[in-house]
Amino acid sequence: MATVIVDKIHSQSGSESTAEKPGDGADLSVKPVKANPLTAKSWPIDPKKIANWLKSLAAPIIGILAFLALWAVLAPQVDTSLGSLPGPVEVSAQGLALFDEWSAAQDREAEFYAAQDASNAAAAANGEATRDFQYSGPPTFLDQIWTSLATVALGFFLATIIAVPLGLICGLSKTFNAAINPIVQIMKPVSPLAWLPIVTMVISATMTDPDPSLPKSFVISAIVVMLCSLWSTLINTAIGAASIDKDLLNVGKVLRLGWFAKLTRLVLPSALPYIFTGMRLSLGVGWMVLIAAEMLAQNPGLGKFVWDEFQNGSSQSLARIMFAVIVIGLIGFLLDRIMMLLQNFASRNRTV
Amino acid sequence: MKSNRRNFLLMAVCAVSLSACGSGGDSSSNSGETVKPATVDGAIEKPSLKLGFIKLTDMAPLAIAKEKGFFAEEGLNVTLEPQANWKVLLDGVIGGQLDGAHMLAGQPLAATIGYGTKADLIAPLSLDLNGNAITLSNKVWAQIEPGLKKNADGKPQHPISASVLKPVIAGYKAQGKQFKMGMVFPVSTHNYELRYWLAAGGVEPGYYTPGDVAGTVGAEAALSVTPPPQMPATMEAGTIDGYCVGEPWNQAAVQKKIGVPVITDDEIWKKNPEKVLGLRKDFAEKYPATTAAMLRAIIKAQQWLDIDGGKNRAEAVKILARSNYVGADEAVIGASMTGQFTFESGDTRAAPDFNIFFNDYAGYPFYSDAIWYLTQMRRWGQIAEDQTDQWYFDTAKAVYRPDLYLAAAKKLADGGAIPADSIPETDGFKSEQSGFIDGLTYDGKTPNAYLAKFPIGLKKGQRVTASGVN
Repeated sequence: MATVIVDKIHSQSGSESTAEKPGDGADLSVKPVKANPLTAKSWPIDPKKIANWLKSLAAPIIGILAFLALWAVLAPQVDTSLGSLPGPVEVSAQGLALFDEWSAAQDREAEFYAAQDASNAAAAANGEATRDFQYSGPPTFLDQIWTSLATVALGFFLATIIAVPLGLICGLSKTFNAAINPIVQIMKPVSPLAWLPIVTMVISATMTDPDPSLPKSFVISAIVVMLCSLWSTLINTAIGAASIDKDLLNVGKVLRLGWFAKLTRLVLPSALPYIFTGMRLSLGVGWMVLIAAEMLAQNPGLGKFVWDEFQNGSSQSLARIMFAVIVIGLIGFLLDRIMMLLQNFASRNRTV
Repeated sequence: MKSNRRNFLLMAVCAVSLSACGSGGDSSSNSGETVKPATVDGAIEKPSLKLGFIKLTDMAPLAIAKEKGFFAEEGLNVTLEPQANWKVLLDGVIGGQLDGAHMLAGQPLAATIGYGTKADLIAPLSLDLNGNAITLSNKVWAQIEPGLKKNADGKPQHPISASVLKPVIAGYKAQGKQFKMGMVFPVSTHNYELRYWLAAGGVEPGYYTPGDVAGTVGAEAALSVTPPPQMPATMEAGTIDGYCVGEPWNQAAVQKKIGVPVITDDEIWKKNPEKVLGLRKDFAEKYPATTAAMLRAIIKAQQWLDIDGGKNRAEAVKILARSNYVGADEAVIGASMTGQFTFESGDTRAAPDFNIFFNDYAGYPFYSDAIWYLTQMRRWGQIAEDQTDQWYFDTAKAVYRPDLYLAAAKKLADGGAIPADSIPETDGFKSEQSGFIDGLTYDGKTPNAYLAKFPIGLKKGQRVTASGVN
């Protein structure tokens, strides 16, 4: 255990990763991976349980209401050059307006395709060339959400398939770990915004196809997400693979398991909870990074929506930006929950 | 003048060699030969296009061409995408993510001569004339306003000269501070207009050294780059004391009560050329029919914007106010688009020419306009060395492509979509132009003689180093 990565295990009481938690500070539900069997809950209709459940819900609801009340009272007192800061009412109104815009855009798109189909039918009847245009209207808020989710999914997927094998090798080979450790430590704290120009240049140089199947901007954003969310998974995987029980390894030696069998039968199962913890942190980082990258590079997505609205500088811009911020937060929260479920599932009934 | 005439003769002699200057289309000499339209036939090669723009009212021809169906009429399916700033937009066009864009006139010229990013871009159409203004912060306005000459109605006499800034700048200097102003891009119209205005008032706007894009050598007013939509916020934050920008960002300052526009660019240079449509040269070569169709749609939109004394402007304002185009409030966009312009709050004056999209041959990419921008690049050191008059002509002809404009416009005129007299019969050079705030005249055929007229600006043989001009 002479390496930095693995040494960190001993300095950490829990085996929560060495990577920073996404800085929300309020989420205390990151479970230590160790011995965390989440017993399968069955939900019989038990009035006592429901009462308990309501009781546990009361505090968050009070907290949210208090926050909304404070916001509603304080916001009008801040006077910006775009008018006073919007309160919860204005923001929700803009949320509805965005939804209306989306449905109007849906209608326009349907009209466009209907008109195109009609003109194509007419053209085909006359033996003329038909057209197959994609609807070219502006992206709506929901389109931007979708783009952002797709980007973060791709970036996260790339990060995972790179980080997990690397992490396993790091955990199993001290030499390899020592070799890449300094690089990992240096790369880990780099901001996405610093990667962006480099990635942009490299991708622009490598993707020379005038009509690529994936838009350049999409690839650039995804790779920036990958570069920033790689490290948590890598480090956690390394720790997981390194902290495998010596007895298990000895059993493996007795049974004369091959290298591959050792990996799949012993190392992976015991490292799995760690890997999932790392992935959960990675996803949180990836989502945060993505919005910043989209803002700077003007790549389609929620970040661009926020920036465009800021540039519009109309009287509704601030409310729209705030609505977008809330949506970004909610999506981040949902992604985190999904990963937590997976993590719990992976570490169920295991004692590591 | 004699030497000018001799130059002129020389040019006529050079005409033969000029015809191989690589502009691809017809390249007439400067001996008054009318520019011929390029021949464009065939079907549209690339019907789905993506064009970039910056959130400014002068992107109107693009928005109108899309929203009023002019692109669709020409068989094009166009996506318009707002860009963060001029640099991102330029890189998007050069890198091929964008097929073309609403560009600063200086951008295709600078890219072609390799100032900044090197790439072969062309400007087959000019989008508009005028459309910018210079705004000062409330603090500076409060210092200069008492000293301004007033009309009978007590409002300031226009045009306001930059010389009123001299005491303000001296005051800053006494406090050890620098007087700072913002513009939108090193090769932007706004940079040259702001510098022109400052220099005409005797204020040194600073010079560019080779390899430096700050342009603040020897500056009394230091200029820096800020993307247009961020101008008001940047001035409010105190980072800059004034700026030159296109609409709606001057009227926005009035509306937010953070600054006062002091002069429109029409008062600095009557009917000056502003934005262009910028394309990659290889795009136009590869897709000639597509390029022509795109130009036809935009020309129709330009006409729609100016027809019948601007009766469509109100509708245009509504379209531009959508959040996917300019997105500012209707009132702010309408403040300049409908023939008026507000200086101080309460001082609204008629500005019928605030932006011209079609009249006065606004769409024709005149070589002389390109040469004016090149002279300003030389004047401030962006072009480090002296260049011959011939170099100016060749560069202008490599970038500005009236032959492509004419091919599109002639077809429209033949079909009756635009009046035939809206297309100029010209060799690409406007006759000698006056209407500058400093009273100088400009003739595109004698760029070096023009440069020699400026009291502030690089003279023949001068170069800029970090220590100053020598």
